Formats: sequence, structure tokens, C-alpha cells
Amino acid sequence: MNPARAALTVAAVAVALVLQVSVFPHVAWEGVVPNLVLLVVVATGLVRGAQPAMLLGFVAGVLLDLAPPADHVAGRWALALVVVGYVAGRVRQDVRPTVGSVVATVAASSFVGTSVFALTGIVLRDPALGVGEVLQVIAIGVLWDVVLTPFVLPVVMGAFRRLEPARATA
Amino acid sequence: MAVQLFERPTRQQPGTGPGQPGRGNRPRERRWRVTERLEERGRPSRSLVVALVLACLSLITLDSATGEDSPVEPVRRVVGEVFGPVEVGAAAVVRPFVAVPDWFRTHGDLRGDIGELEAENARLRAEVNSADYDRNRLAEYDGLTAAAGDLGYSLVPARVVGLGPAQSFSSTVTIDAGSQSGLRPDMTVLNNDGLVGRVVRVTRTTATVLLIVDPDSVVGGRVGSSMELGSVRGRGQLGSTGRLDLELIDESDVPRQDDAVVTWGSEGGAPYVSGVPIGRVTAVYSSLRETAQRAVIEPYVDFAALDVVGVVVPSGTASDRAVIEADGSVR
Repeated sequence: MNPARAALTVAAVAVALVLQVSVFPHVAWEGVVPNLVLLVVVATGLVRGAQPAMLLGFVAGVLLDLAPPADHVAGRWALALVVVGYVAGRVRQDVRPTVGSVVATVAASSFVGTSVFALTGIVLRDPALGVGEVLQVIAIGVLWDVVLTPFVLPVVMGAFRRLEPARATA
Repeated sequence: MAVQLFERPTRQQPGTGPGQPGRGNRPRERRWRVTERLEERGRPSRSLVVALVLACLSLITLDSATGEDSPVEPVRRVVGEVFGPVEVGAAAVVRPFVAVPDWFRTHGDLRGDIGELEAENARLRAEVNSADYDRNRLAEYDGLTAAAGDLGYSLVPARVVGLGPAQSFSSTVTIDAGSQSGLRPDMTVLNNDGLVGRVVRVTRTTATVLLIVDPDSVVGGRVGSSMELGSVRGRGQLGSTGRLDLELIDESDVPRQDDAVVTWGSEGGAPYVSGVPIGRVTAVYSSLRETAQRAVIEPYVDFAALDVVGVVVPSGTASDRAVIEADGSVR
């Protein structure tokens, strides 16, 4: 991946982050918004494989940890999105992913990502929350991400394929 | 022969050849290479996985162990300087569209709203007139707000431009006023309904506010009718179900339902100035094992629909925008 393409990918993450923080709260359900940054990482995993997805997951996660209004311990979203990059990248086959497999990957990634974030919170006692509330947030998060998949994933995956067709085998 | 073995490696049984040891070894070697190549495509290198996970863990340790003067704090500030203005811009672009659903409200809807408001008005008027203790409470309010006025505070108005997602399990917002407008960490944030939270971090143009519903937030509270002291903690829920817990220091005193809770106030007005309404008591619990009373507080502020807020700054603070003084004048 050359520097210009890397910059474009990070720009996509930045746009997703701003939309997630400033635009989507207006349609939030119980305060839960679609995790667009996670969707971009999943798209990278599906098109490019695990290694680039994990790298992007780390960069995106650190941004998510540091950009306002985040106030939790830095590195928690980074860890969660590195795991998501690994999960999404491992799903990749040498065939083009079908609609079903993309939706399933997004649902699994969303569940794993939010769960890893919540687990690190429980380990660090960052916010002391009940398991019931955490599960509710995870469930609504998965729902949101799956609903947004048909609008976000084709666009991002198409853009990644056009950016670097030679390396995108899926 | 070698090509054929390469293409169908799994079907070849090692040692099924005519018995030459050299040929018996070759298919196994090929198969190993083929599987290794397939593995490479999906699996990232082990060193990268270890490096990334270690990087995350050391970042977490670094930030959680060092606390307030964490080395991550300057980086947060730099990222905030970059993303803050972008969030302000995005919120300004979206704001007109947020009002669109209101255009489609019918005459009947609006009439219903008026009816509800009139009923509420009548109920409130009856409450104010009926009981003496309500009148006393009002007098206390007046006293408290006058005290806040005497201390010489003024308000910097700001708008909420970013809301942390519930997936992060913390309740923080970004507002579009920063150090340029005279804001510093540990300043009280309120709106026309009551206490909103406190400033935890500022950049030049934006500030991050920890809401009082956040599980990490603790506010000194005072029950308006009895002047009892306690601490108010958040539960981490936004919206109409968001509640706070009040733990009273004196176990003998039982707050009544609908009692108002206001801020106790900290020395020097940081992080909370005194006398700002927080919420009303909806239920009281006491247990023999716990030495304190616990009351459930419904906050006056609707945290799911935060927009215009005010930040309490010392009177005479230099700011890049109009500042509302304690007497109501705009400077």
C-alpha cells in the first residue's frame, strides 16, 4: 500500500468517525449509534485480508480513543478493532464475498468488537456497569451495524478495489 | 510428475510409490508448502499480531496507570485540536436537517402539546401555592441562586457538537467552546433545566464535558427541603430512563418524593458551583447493611436532547464570544 492510498484509507476512517460522533447521535437509539469506523475496518478485512485490516484497526481504534468526546482509557478501541480486523480478514476467501457472508461478517465483527471493548472496561473497572446493560448495548449495536451494511460496505469495498485492484482478490 | 503432485497433493499417499525413498518424501514436502501458501493469504504474520496487541496493551497500561498526568493527554489534545473544528463544522451542517421532522407536525399534535403544557402549568401553580414547604423551598432556591450570583460567575454559551456513542459506555459530549472562549478543565456546565456536567479537557476551540449521568461522575448534592448533604452518582444511561443515585451522609434523614436536589458546591466553584438544580427525588431505598440512605434522582436535564449549554466562568473572563453576566446582561 503506497502512502497516498494509506492516507485515503485513514481519511475514510476520519470521515466515519466524525459522522459517528456529530451526525448519527441525532438518530441514536438508547444512545447507541452505528459504528461506522468498525464497518470501514471490516470492509478492509474483506477486500485485503487480515494484515492490512489489523493495521487499519489499530490506527482507527487509537483515533476513536483519542478524538473528542472520548474520555475512556486510550487503547481500548484500538485493541477491539485489531481483533475485528483479524476476524474480518480471516473470513476472506479467494472468491468474491456474497451478501450473506458480508452481513454475517459485519454482525460477528460488531459483536466481537463491542464485547472486547466492554471486557477491557470490566477488567480495568473503567465504568462499573451491569452485564444486562452491556448486553443490551451490544445487541443494539449489532442491529445498527447490520442495518447500515447495505449502504456502507458496497461503497467502501468498491473504493478499496478501485484503489488497488491488483492486490484485492476478493 | 512433479506438476501432477503439486496439483493434487492431498490425494497422494506418501510411500505408495514403487518404494524409492526419494519419491516417497517429495509429495509430503509439496503438500506442506501448498498449505503454508494458503495459510499466508488469510493469516497475518505472527509478529504483526503480537506487535499490535502489545502496542494496544501498553497504551492501555500507560494511560490507566498514570491517571491525570498521563503522557497520552497531550496526544489527546492534539487529536482534539484537529477533530474539534471538523465536528463543529459537521454539526453546523446537520443542524438545519435535524429540525425537519418538526415541520411535519400536525395542528392536532401542536394542540395536544398546548393542552399538556397548560395542564402541567396548572399542576405546578397548584403545587407552588398549596404547601408551605414548597414556598420555603422556593425561598431557598432564591437564596442559593442569589449566592451563586454574589460569587460573581458568568456563563459562556456553547452548543453540543458531538456525543460519545453508548458503545463506549461513557457519557461525554463535545461542545463548541474552548480555551479561546475562556474555558478551563473543571468548570461547571449547565443548561436552562439544570446541571449538565463538568469540563474535563479543553482544546482551543472545543471542550469535552463529562455528563453527570456518566458512571464515573460524582457530584456533591444537597436536598433542597432539608439541606441534607450527599453524593450524586450517574448510572450511565441517557434518555428518559436515565437516573442518578443520591447517597445521603446522614442515615436518619429520609428525603421525600419530589424533593429537589441541588449542587452542594465545591471550594472555589471547581468543578461544581453551588445551588444548581440537579433533579428530583423519585424513590428512596434504605438497607440495614448500608449505613446510608439511597435515593433515586430523576435529572431535570434531558441528556438525549442536549443542545445549548452554558459554562460557568469567573466574572470578567476574556472570551471570543458574548458572555452572559450574573445579572442577566450580555457582555
